[in-house]
Amino acid sequence: MSGTLDKLVMMANQIGKFFTPQRDGDPVAGIADHLEKFWDPRMKASIVAHWRAGGAGLDGPVREAIGRLKEAKRGAPLEAGR
Amino acid sequence: MSLVHETDYGTPASKSSEMVTLTIDGQAVTVPAGTSIMRAAMDIGTQVPKLCATDSVDAFGSCRLCLVEIQGRPGTPASCTTPVGNGMVVSTQTERLKQIRKGVMELYISDHPLDCLTCAANGDCELQDMAGAVGLRDVRYGYDGENHTRQAKDESNPYFTFDPSKCIVCSRCVRACEEVQGTFALTIQGRGFDSKVSAGMAESFVDSECVSCGACVQACPTATLSEKSVIDIGVPEHSVVTTCAYCGVGCSFKAEMRGEELVRMVPYKDGKANRGHSCVKGRFAWGYANHRERILKPMIRETIDQPWCEVTWEVAIGRVASEFKRLQARYGRLAIGGITSSRCTNEETYLVQKLVRGGFGNNNVDTCARVCHSPTGYGLKTTFGTSAGTQDFDSVEHTDVVLIIGANPTDAHPVFASRMKKRLRQGAKLIIIDPRRIDLVRTPHIEAQHHLPLRPGTNAAILNAIAHVIVTEGLANEKFVREYCDPSAFEHWAAFVSGPQNSPETVGLIAGVSADAIRGAARLYASGKNSAIYYGLGVTEHSQGTTAVMGLANLAMATGNLGRPGVGVNPLRGQNNVQGSCDMGSFPHELSGYRHISDDATRAMFEKLWGRPLDAEPGLRIPNMFDAAIDGTFKGIYVQGEDILQSDPNTKHVQAALAAMECVVVQDLFLNETANYAHVFLPGSTFLEKDGTFTNAERRINRVRKVMTPKNGMADWEITLAIAKAMGFEMPYSHPSEIMDEIARLTPTFAGVSFELLDKVGSVQWPCNEKAPLGTPVMHIGGFARGKGNFMITEYVPTDEKVGPRFPLLLTTGRILSQYNVGAQTRRTDNVIWHEEDVLEIHPHDAEERGVRDGDWVKLDSRAGGTALRARITDRVAPGVVYTTFHHPDTQANVVTTEFSDWATNCPEYKVTAVQVSPSNGPSDWQREYAEQAEHSRRIAKVAAE
Ligand code: SF4
Ligand code: SF4
Ligand code: SF4
Ligand code: FES
Repeated sequence: MSGTLDKLVMMANQIGKFFTPQRDGDPVAGIADHLEKFWDPRMKASIVAHWRAGGAGLDGPVREAIGRLKEAKRGAPLEAGR
Repeated sequence: MSLVHETDYGTPASKSSEMVTLTIDGQAVTVPAGTSIMRAAMDIGTQVPKLCATDSVDAFGSCRLCLVEIQGRPGTPASCTTPVGNGMVVSTQTERLKQIRKGVMELYISDHPLDCLTCAANGDCELQDMAGAVGLRDVRYGYDGENHTRQAKDESNPYFTFDPSKCIVCSRCVRACEEVQGTFALTIQGRGFDSKVSAGMAESFVDSECVSCGACVQACPTATLSEKSVIDIGVPEHSVVTTCAYCGVGCSFKAEMRGEELVRMVPYKDGKANRGHSCVKGRFAWGYANHRERILKPMIRETIDQPWCEVTWEVAIGRVASEFKRLQARYGRLAIGGITSSRCTNEETYLVQKLVRGGFGNNNVDTCARVCHSPTGYGLKTTFGTSAGTQDFDSVEHTDVVLIIGANPTDAHPVFASRMKKRLRQGAKLIIIDPRRIDLVRTPHIEAQHHLPLRPGTNAAILNAIAHVIVTEGLANEKFVREYCDPSAFEHWAAFVSGPQNSPETVGLIAGVSADAIRGAARLYASGKNSAIYYGLGVTEHSQGTTAVMGLANLAMATGNLGRPGVGVNPLRGQNNVQGSCDMGSFPHELSGYRHISDDATRAMFEKLWGRPLDAEPGLRIPNMFDAAIDGTFKGIYVQGEDILQSDPNTKHVQAALAAMECVVVQDLFLNETANYAHVFLPGSTFLEKDGTFTNAERRINRVRKVMTPKNGMADWEITLAIAKAMGFEMPYSHPSEIMDEIARLTPTFAGVSFELLDKVGSVQWPCNEKAPLGTPVMHIGGFARGKGNFMITEYVPTDEKVGPRFPLLLTTGRILSQYNVGAQTRRTDNVIWHEEDVLEIHPHDAEERGVRDGDWVKLDSRAGGTALRARITDRVAPGVVYTTFHHPDTQANVVTTEFSDWATNCPEYKVTAVQVSPSNGPSDWQREYAEQAEHSRRIAKVAAE
């Protein structure tokens, strides 16, 4: 583990692993809601920036969830994070 | 002020609901069936003379002083052992009784040293009192016969003396040790004249099984067992009821004083958490309050390699404010924050979060509960709707099956453990899920039916396997589920746990536990009439901590073990005010009462009262603060009463983070490890020096009362007020009670709480409001706080911290009875005689493979770092698992632990670290460097004489 960003990616994937099997139809919403509610703005900004830059290491549903964060919708969403 | 006297009713209260009426000395009295005549007499204010009876233990009937006459019955039965009967007519004082009693007392006194005037118990001795009560005026046998008055004292215990020459062999101590404490350390050896009290097999107290709880000292009617502090100082003259500041049990004590000097702490019988019992820490380990290393003057320095400079409070507070303002101006509003302490009062914790949110204008406030029970809050809120345990401690008296997972109550929650042991001796069954063979697995008169010694990190898997058995064997309580839980969530969950990946056979292989043991434990838990779960940090401090808490909640819901006494999901909170610090809104995302900061209506309420705008975005959690500090975006921190450097994982990372900050402010009693990196040190006050409240593990709000003037000049809450004021944020309180009034106004679950109410009724458990004016002992009766109970899917995700060829063993950590967390307090008391250093427990097989012998120094290395300590070879740990405590900064167990953390809360994964152990000659280079840096950093500049 090195650097804050690596840690954020790992944490986001951990969150994803919890929400993915839950009953609610949309686990992505669960992940996004959790990030929105528990991550400080600078953490959200850096994971969104990482997502914009391609989001290496992020699991699928997590990637999608990050795209739904307010922070990601701010400014040009581009076609980032695909 | 005077001493708080508690009535000794002689025998314990009867729990019967049937009532019996009798006449005692011409007065009618009605009491529950099963009450002793002695107790019934006390009810009408008549104290029958007694020596061997006391109401903390069952009557024994040996002294023959408490005799009474009962109309129509021959002889003179003992009133302590004779139960009341309907229509009984009892006389407690007749000529015949007077003569017998005098005779009994004569015998006692003839064998007793008559040094009353210089005896430590003079004025506080029941033998003296009884000699007076029976009118003893002279002793016919003289004092020259064979007697016991020249026996040697046992001074081995640091806190109390055993002087056998004064012993009247009433066996109150023996029974207290058995019945109240459950340790069975004492016996009466010999017979008749030769009988005497003995610790263990005629050992000294300190070498015996004794855990120094003090129950025997309290039960002793003479000076035989006496606190050394009373022998030194004299008997106290006034007392104040307050709350222990160590663990989450929250025991009530009488602080017995002489002037402003504390003479002793005596457990308070009316304390609803402890019911008159104590452990060695709360009872005896308070000497740190006067320790010579306690810092009493504020200090500042420019850089951490300079010595400290003592300054006035004005200068120190001014420095904090100007630095914090400068940092915000330069690096932005979010560049500073604060950490509240679970050791401080609710009021103090509330103030720190108010300072951060209102004064700093951000939500960068967190509490040390982050690193212990944050998953409890998240997990129980998601499933039940409330971030707290479901029961009171009394509940255990109704429990038939106790399931303990990841907790070691006899060491970490000793007084509750004693109550639990009492229930287990009465026949309740016991399941223990723990990698280590904790004491409760086998202890006098108790043996666990099932011990599942799972591999650290597999809790979620084991809980799923237990659920698998419950669902697939049809043991679920479908009626409860239908009535109180979300049915579709249950269906989904039941299908999930029934999957083959969760079968005991599959999970057993992962967790290193036999499938039969899992099945047995599951069946026992599900079939108990009342089954209760008790858990600790062995559940929460994992990367799946929150998942495991949800797993426990799922089990309790599926079996209907909620909503009545005897059942529930009960987190055993570590520190005294973990529950309170969470309740008070010191999490970065929540205001008091667990309301999210993004909720506009809640924020508006606080904004209106505080007159400050609040940020709707969550702030940084403790580990995130460290990362942000290293990244250069977090520059200043106010740490109240917590030693983050010693207690947080990956010490080197925390060191780097602290070193990267420009202003670290530490408020504490001692120059703790974090203070080595601080620029401002604000001396803190002890729990004896301030007013406030603590909330224990059962949500019980207990009063903390000031018994002496703060030696540092200010109570902790006053220091926070001063910082706020210097930063331009006035908080106008003149007493902590006003802070509680504000908390009550802003927090629905606390709406009914006030100091006035607490002073009147002793304590209350939140929610305490209009619906429950005297609080709520048991939660979720007749339905869950969130509406329907919510089953969550708890898929097992193995931690990324994995063993491999370089790090083949798993380290797990914990604490022991005599020390407390980072040990800042207990290490500064005589408790060190029981635990001078942290040691590494290792299985004989693993030790042999490495050529390690018992007592050898060993190196303990992980991916994060390494340290060295002594090895203790024991089969308490399974092969492949090693264990240590984290009480001593010389060891710094946390240099080894990693930053892996719980997915939901970032609670660190202290309980699983892959390590290697190898022989070593002594402390590591890192330990030596660390010790040097610490010593260098603790220098205080000598002030030149003026
Ligand atoms: S101090 Fe406690 S454990 Fe020790 S002998 Fe007394 S009652 Fe037993
Ligand atoms: S030590 Fe005290 S309590 Fe124990 S038998 Fe002697 S007098 Fe009684
Ligand atoms: S059990 Fe906990 S609260 Fe009670 S005396 Fe011991 S440390 Fe204090
Ligand atoms: S008090 Fe009843 S026999 Fe001693």
